Amino acid sequence: MSHTTALTPAMKLQRRAKLRRNALYLVLIAIGLVAPFVAYPVFLMKVLCFALFACAFNLLLGYAGLLSFGHAAFLATGGYVTGFLLSSYPGLTPELGILAGTLAAVVLGALFGALAIRRQGIYFAMVTLALAQLVFFLFVQSPFTGGEDGLHGVPRGALFGLISLRSNLAMYYFVFAVFLIGFAIVQRAVHSPYGQVLKAIRENEPRAVSLGYNVDAYKLLAFVLSAGLAGLAGATKTLVFQLASLTDAHWHMSGEVILMTLLGGVGTLFGPVVGAGVVVSLQTQLAQSPLGNWVSVILGTIFVLCVLSFRSGIVGEIQKVVKKNFK
Amino acid sequence: MTMIFGVPLAVFMGQLMLGLINGAFYALLSLGLAVIFGLLKIVNFAHGAMYMLGAFAALLGLQTLGLNYWLALLLVPLLVGGLGMLIERYMLRRIAHLDHLYGLLLTFGLALIAEGTLINFFGVSGSSYPTPTALQGGYNLGFMFLPIYRAWVLLAALVVCLGTWFIIERTRLGAYLRAGTENSALMQAFGVNVPQLVTLTYGFGVALAAFAGVLAAPLYPVSPTMGSSLLIVVFAVVVIGGMGSILGAVLTGLGMGLVEGLTKVYYPEAANTVIFLVMVLVLLVRPAGLFGKEA
Amino acid sequence: MTFNRNTLVSSIALTATLMATGAQAQMSDNAVRIGYLADMSGTYRDLAGPGGLEALQMAVEDFGGEVNGAPIEVSSADDRNSADVGANTVREWFDTQNVDLVAGLVASSVVIAATKVIEDNNGLGIVSGSAASSITNEHCTPNHIHWVYDTYPLANGTAKAVVEQGGDTWFMLTADYAFGHALEADVTRVVEDNGGEIVGTIRHPFPTSDFSSYILQAQGSGAKIIGLANAGADTVNAISTASQFGVVQGGQQLAGLLIFLNDVHAMGLEDTQGLLLTTGWYWDMDDQSREWAERYFERTERMPTMVQAGIYSSTMHYLETVAEEGTDDPETIRAAMAERPVEDFFSRNGRIREDGRMVHDMYLARVKSPEESTGEWDVYEILSTIPAEEAFRPLAESQCELVTN
Repeated sequence: MSHTTALTPAMKLQRRAKLRRNALYLVLIAIGLVAPFVAYPVFLMKVLCFALFACAFNLLLGYAGLLSFGHAAFLATGGYVTGFLLSSYPGLTPELGILAGTLAAVVLGALFGALAIRRQGIYFAMVTLALAQLVFFLFVQSPFTGGEDGLHGVPRGALFGLISLRSNLAMYYFVFAVFLIGFAIVQRAVHSPYGQVLKAIRENEPRAVSLGYNVDAYKLLAFVLSAGLAGLAGATKTLVFQLASLTDAHWHMSGEVILMTLLGGVGTLFGPVVGAGVVVSLQTQLAQSPLGNWVSVILGTIFVLCVLSFRSGIVGEIQKVVKKNFK
Repeated sequence: MTMIFGVPLAVFMGQLMLGLINGAFYALLSLGLAVIFGLLKIVNFAHGAMYMLGAFAALLGLQTLGLNYWLALLLVPLLVGGLGMLIERYMLRRIAHLDHLYGLLLTFGLALIAEGTLINFFGVSGSSYPTPTALQGGYNLGFMFLPIYRAWVLLAALVVCLGTWFIIERTRLGAYLRAGTENSALMQAFGVNVPQLVTLTYGFGVALAAFAGVLAAPLYPVSPTMGSSLLIVVFAVVVIGGMGSILGAVLTGLGMGLVEGLTKVYYPEAANTVIFLVMVLVLLVRPAGLFGKEA
Repeated sequence: MTFNRNTLVSSIALTATLMATGAQAQMSDNAVRIGYLADMSGTYRDLAGPGGLEALQMAVEDFGGEVNGAPIEVSSADDRNSADVGANTVREWFDTQNVDLVAGLVASSVVIAATKVIEDNNGLGIVSGSAASSITNEHCTPNHIHWVYDTYPLANGTAKAVVEQGGDTWFMLTADYAFGHALEADVTRVVEDNGGEIVGTIRHPFPTSDFSSYILQAQGSGAKIIGLANAGADTVNAISTASQFGVVQGGQQLAGLLIFLNDVHAMGLEDTQGLLLTTGWYWDMDDQSREWAERYFERTERMPTMVQAGIYSSTMHYLETVAEEGTDDPETIRAAMAERPVEDFFSRNGRIREDGRMVHDMYLARVKSPEESTGEWDVYEILSTIPAEEAFRPLAESQCELVTN
C-alpha cells in the first residue's frame, strides 16, 4: 500500500499502461495458438511471414525515419539462400537453413546500408530501389535461383532433425514461434535506449549529431537489423510454401510492404501486423472474386487514400481514439 | 577494317548512335523528374505512368479521332500536363506540408491505378503505332542504316531539353522557379503566386514525360506496362546525376545511354545491370551524384 | 519411395471417396469442381487470362452444366504470375473446396509449383498455357497433363522448315534465362542436324525493351536467319525493331520461335509479314475450328488463341471422360483420359502419353501480308502439318520418372 502511494500519478499511468500491454500480448498469443483450428493454417502462415516482413520494414521507416524501397531484395535473398541450401544438402535441418538465409540477408543489408545511409530522405529511397533492382537482375541470371522458373520442392524437413514439419499444423507453430522471436526483437530494439536514440535521430538528426551520437552507426545497425529480419521472413516463407520465386525480389514487393505498414500504421508496433493481415486477406479474397483483375487498382486506391486522409493507419487511428476517450 | 576492341569501327559507331538515342529518352524523363523535384521536392513515381499515358493518348487519338502524329505531339503533352496539374492541385498540395516521402507514396499509388486500369481495358500485349509517313525509311550512313524516325527522336529530345534549360536558366519565369526552389516563403512575400507556380511546374514536368511517350509510341509497342520498367532505370540515372541540376539530368541521361549501348556490344548479358553498377560506383565516390550539391 | 507413398495416399483417397459417396453417383461430394488458375492481369493475360476462363465456361455450358446429375462448379483465381500465390491457391482449393480439376496454368514457374501441390494432394491438373517442355520431362507427375504445345515442337517445326527452305545460317537472339537457353539449345540441335550452322549468338537480358543494338549486330553477322529464342514482349519488341531497321529488305529473315495470335494481332501485319512460326491450332484452319471460334468470338469479341481453344478442348475431354466413367476420382480419370483418343475441333490425332504429354498435330504457319489478309484476324496461312508422333519430344529421350522407371 505504502509502496503504491509513493508513486506519482504519471508513474501509475505508465505502470497501468505496461500491465495493459502485457495483458494484450498474452491475449494475442492465445489467439495465435488457437487460430489454426479456426482459420486455414497456410493462409495464417502467409500472414505471419508478411507481418514479420512488415515489422522489419517498419523498424526502419517508423523508428529510424528511413524509407527503403528495396526491401524485397532481403526477403528474396533469405528465401533463395534457404531454399537452395535445403534442396541441395538434404542433411541440413530447417532451422539451420533459415539461419543461413537470415545471415545472407544480414550481409546484403550491411552492403546496402553502407551505400545507402550516405544519403537521406528521397535519395535514400531511390538508392535502395536501384540497389534492389541490381539484385533482382542477378537473381534472374544466377543458376542457383532457377531464374524465371524459381526454386521448387524445397523440403520442409524435421526441426532439429526431430520434429517433422510436413503437417501444416506443426509448420504453423514453428512459423508462429519464428514470428514471436522476430517481433520480440523489434519490440526490444524499439523500447531500448538504442531505440530512443533512433527516434531522436529521426526527429532531428543534426541535434543527435551535436549530442555526440555516431548517427551513421546507429542507422546502419537499424538497417542491418531490418534486413536480417526481412531475410528471416523470406526464409520462413520459403519453408512454408516450399518454393522461392522472383515475385519476392520484384520491386512491386517492396511497394507492397510499404502499403502494409502504411495501412496498419507507421511507427506503431502492431500496425504492420494488422496491415499485413488486411493486405494478404484482401489479395486472397479478391484474387478469387469477380474483382480479381482489379487487385492492383484497388491496392493503388488504398495507397492514395492512406496518404491523403488516413496517415496514421488502422492501429494509429485506434490509438488516437483510445487516447482521446480513456485518458 | 579499323577495329575498336575487336569490334569493327562501323559497328562501334552505329552502337554509339543507338546508345545516344536511348539516352535521349533517359534525358527527357530524368529532366522532368528533376524539374518536379526542384520545386516540389517530390520524387514523381507516376512519371512512368505519365509516359505511358502519353503514348496511349496518342494511340487512342489516332484510332478514335484520327488525330495525326504531329498534332498528338503537340496536344497530348498539354492534355497529360493538365491531368498532372489536377493531381497537383487536388492531391499533392494537400500533403505538401508533410514529409516529402508521402508524395512519393501517393504518386506510387496513382501509378498502380493508372497501369491496372489500362490493363483491364486494353490488355498487356500492346498495340503498334504507325511511324508517321514523313519520317519513314532511313539513311544509309555508311557505317549503319539509321531509321529516319530515330534520328528525329534524338533531334526532338535534344531541342526540348535545351529549350527547358533555356527557360529555367535564362527567363524571368525560370528565375522565379529557381528562387522558389531556394525559398518559397520569401517568394510569396514578394508577391509571386507560388502555389500556381508549383502547379504549373508539376504540369510541365509531367508534360515532358508525355512528350517522351508520344515520341516512343512508333518505336515500342504501346502497352500499359511500358512505363514502369523504364522508370526504375531513370531513377538510377537521376541518382547518378544528382538531383540538383537540370543540365546534369540531361548530360547524365545521354551519357548513360552511351554506356548502356557499349555494354550491349561487349557484354550484352549485363546491359540491364550496368547503369545500376555505375550508380553504385558513383555513390562510393560522390554520394551527392555527379552534378549534385552535397545535401 | 515416392511411388509407394503416392499409391498409399491415393488408395486412402480412393477408399474415402468410395465410402463418402456410397451407392450414389461416384462424384466426390456430389459435384464436379473445376478451378481455373491463370494470370488474369499481367504479362500473360491476353494469352489465356479472362479469355481462357470464358472458354472453360463455354465448355461447361455446352456440356449442360452437370455431369450425370452432379453440378459442375467453376471457380477461378488470378495467380499474378507468382509461384507462391499459385501454389497457395491450389493448396487452398484442395484443402477447403475439394477441387477435382485444376485448369488454365500458364507461367512455367507457377505451373511447376502448382503441379507439385496437385501431386501432393493426388489431384488432377491440365496445363494449357505453359511453353516449358520440362513440365512433362524432368518435372512430370502422374497427376497432370500438358495439353497445347511446348518448346520442343516449336523449335522442331519452325527451325526445320526454315533450314529446309535454304535458311542454313542462323544468328540467335536469346533471352538470358532458363527458358531462352532451353529454346536456343533445341533450335541449335535442329539446325545442325539438318545441315545448317549457328554463326552467332547474343544473350540479351530479360526483359529488354530496346533491341536496336542487338538487331544491328545481327545484321552485321551476315546470317540469313535471325532466330528469336525469347517470348512475349521481348519477341514483339525484337520484331518491330527489325522492321524499323529494314532487316527483311536487307535480305535477312526472322524466325520467331514462340509467337501467339495475340502477339501478331498486336504488332500488325506490316511488321510481321512473312514470319514463319509453329502453332498448335489456328481458328481459321478448317470448318470445325471456324465454327467454334466464331461462337467464341461472339462472347469475347476476340479470336481465341491456341491456348484458349486448348482450354475448351481439354475441359470437354475431361468432362466426357468423367461422364463415361461415372466418377471424378483423379487416378481413374487420368487413366481413362489417356485411353480415349483426343479428336475434336482443336486436336487431330491426339492422345495422352504416359508422361502426361498430349501429342497432336502441330502446324507450320506463315504470317500473311497486309494485302493477303481479308480481315483483322485473318493473319496466318497454314503451310504444312507436323504429324503428332514427330512433333513432340520422343519418349526415348525422356527424363520423366514415369517413363524411365
